[in-house]
Amino acid sequence: MDVTTFLQFFINGIVLGAIYVLLAIGLSIIFGMIGIVNLTHGILYMFGAYATVTLAPYVGFFPNLILSPLLVGLFGMAVEAAFLRRIYKGDPALGLLFTFGLAMFLEQIVRVLWGTQGIPFQIPEALRGAFAMGPIIYSKYRYFIGLCAVLVIAGLWFFLEKTPYGMIIRAGSRDPDMVRVLGISLKPVFTAVFGLGAAMAAISGVLASPLAGVEPAMGTNTGTFAFVVVVIGGLGSFWGSVIAGFMVGEVESFCILFWPPMADASKFALMIAVLLLRPRGLLGRRWERFE
Amino acid sequence: MKSRKGITRRGFLKAAGTTAVAAGTSGVWAPAILRAQQQPIKIGHLVPLTGFLSPMGDYATKAGQLAAEEINAAGGVLGRPIQMLSDDETNPGVAVQKATKMIQQDKVDFLLGTVSSAVALAVMEVAERYQKIFINSGSNSDEIRGAKCNYYTFCTEASNTQYVKAIGRYLVKNKNYKTFYILTSDYAFGHDLTRVTRRLLAELGGKEIGHDLVPTGTADYSSYILKVRNANPEVVFCNVAGADQTTFLKQYTEFGLKIDVAGGVTDTVLMWNAGKDTAQGVWTVIWWGDLDNAWTKNFSTKYRQKYGLPPENQAWGDYTSIKALAQAIQMAGTTDSKKVVEAMEKIKFDAGKGRELYYRPYDHQLIQPMYVVSIKKTGNRDKWDIFNVISEVPGKDESLEVIAPTKEENLCNMKRG
Repeated sequence: MDVTTFLQFFINGIVLGAIYVLLAIGLSIIFGMIGIVNLTHGILYMFGAYATVTLAPYVGFFPNLILSPLLVGLFGMAVEAAFLRRIYKGDPALGLLFTFGLAMFLEQIVRVLWGTQGIPFQIPEALRGAFAMGPIIYSKYRYFIGLCAVLVIAGLWFFLEKTPYGMIIRAGSRDPDMVRVLGISLKPVFTAVFGLGAAMAAISGVLASPLAGVEPAMGTNTGTFAFVVVVIGGLGSFWGSVIAGFMVGEVESFCILFWPPMADASKFALMIAVLLLRPRGLLGRRWERFE
Repeated sequence: MKSRKGITRRGFLKAAGTTAVAAGTSGVWAPAILRAQQQPIKIGHLVPLTGFLSPMGDYATKAGQLAAEEINAAGGVLGRPIQMLSDDETNPGVAVQKATKMIQQDKVDFLLGTVSSAVALAVMEVAERYQKIFINSGSNSDEIRGAKCNYYTFCTEASNTQYVKAIGRYLVKNKNYKTFYILTSDYAFGHDLTRVTRRLLAELGGKEIGHDLVPTGTADYSSYILKVRNANPEVVFCNVAGADQTTFLKQYTEFGLKIDVAGGVTDTVLMWNAGKDTAQGVWTVIWWGDLDNAWTKNFSTKYRQKYGLPPENQAWGDYTSIKALAQAIQMAGTTDSKKVVEAMEKIKFDAGKGRELYYRPYDHQLIQPMYVVSIKKTGNRDKWDIFNVISEVPGKDESLEVIAPTKEENLCNMKRG
């Protein structure tokens, strides 16, 4: 394999990984904070894409990078406030079952509102075509995805690590009782976190909308892959999801180069390998409240 | 996570399916009761409503309802109304259960449908076991009408051979491609299509310089596209199926490759979903809603009036199958499977393809012309106006059999009766 080929597939793996990171990180935050395995994540991703194709004729593509996550985030907050809040105290399986049922319901709603057919949607004019960097020719739009992912990840990291709100979220995810003792109500925090996770899923949906088919089943596989990434990275770990996302992207990219029929299976093979060696995932730590 | 989800999903689908059947039954029952005390003729209709083939499923369902309504409005068949029972088919195992349930519990007289070749191969075994006619309206694999053919299965959908020979004749005359890169859907249909494509390559003297098996439902083709660009063939021969074709074309255009695209099989809806700016290449379709003939105009208009959308070629497949079946039942004067099989082998009919079509008794394949199309890029009437028909294959003066699989290519040893 020559260097150019290697670099092409490496860059492609990074960009694929960036999409996986964006997807997984929202899931990871929700689990880390609220302890709910959110099976609607793939649906929220699809909502991001549907919001984009619906709004784009009026506002164009780029405003959707803000608008769609905002709308989907608000929707997520409404779901949390109306339903999820009631089941935190119950069996953890309840959250799983509830979000699973909700995902089914919402997918059918999309079929009813937007129809079962896919919706054609193009890459914005400014980002069409390929961009050559020496011998490496790559899609402009995918460079853009990579850039967006880096900005979002950096922004999120800054928010969680460097702001007082982020500190409450991180503290709440490790020791909710102590946070309450300090006089901070976690109720609105949970709502905000679910909204944030939903918005992250929506951003990846917005970015994916010109690439993948925008159709009601688009979230099914994607949601599963997001789980794989989170499990590899370690449930609830921010950097774990980031590293795992890029790993999965690279493994998939090179797997297609050398052994395409295994492309789908490679993600799961990686997950199995990681779980055998480190059952908590790459950066998963021991969390008292889940044991 | 995965397994838990899988089991529950299946359970859910089962429940949803039952509800759908119940709803469907009550809906179609009403006019039947009003009409007469006649027993309806029941057709179990298996269509993909989820997954990568679902873009076609909706058209199949709607076209089936339209055909049944038309027949019933005209007094039914043998004075009996047609009743459609639709259910989702997505994988072979579930489809076998559903087909069996339709026959045993719902007492359907006929089975119809399927888009996935893997599903068709499973359902046709059920049909043979219970001696019920199954009309395959959407599955292409040659083995359905070859190695696995049976007496009770008829194919309205064309075989991969018919599709590939059609585009092959066009390529031989008009393009002189020498190097090919083939992308293949990794399941029954794709493998079969690529087998047939390789036969074409041998004929063309073309060289296969690359081949990848692509998992169905793949969301990202970038790595495949990079491989194609590195291999630099004269043409990419795209044998991926369903929604995957749309995704591939979107991303292929995104990368701005100048390498031509051709494909053995496409469905109109896949190109509609890609849009005229993104779709590209030359392809074979079985039928297209803008063909210039009276049958097509009539069908397209009626479908559009009822559903507000133009019909897709999968709509043609299911509509044509039901109309043909009705004609055969009428001729046989009974719904007895064997008598209807004999009638199916005799009927000739018009289905908007400019010539008389018939099911070949040898392998029960509908013998028909195919259409090579390219993407209409300018002067489109609306977003549905996406194809230019480049050529009808075989030509008007040729026998329709010239593109059908020969006995050497696709031997069918069916046990009669």
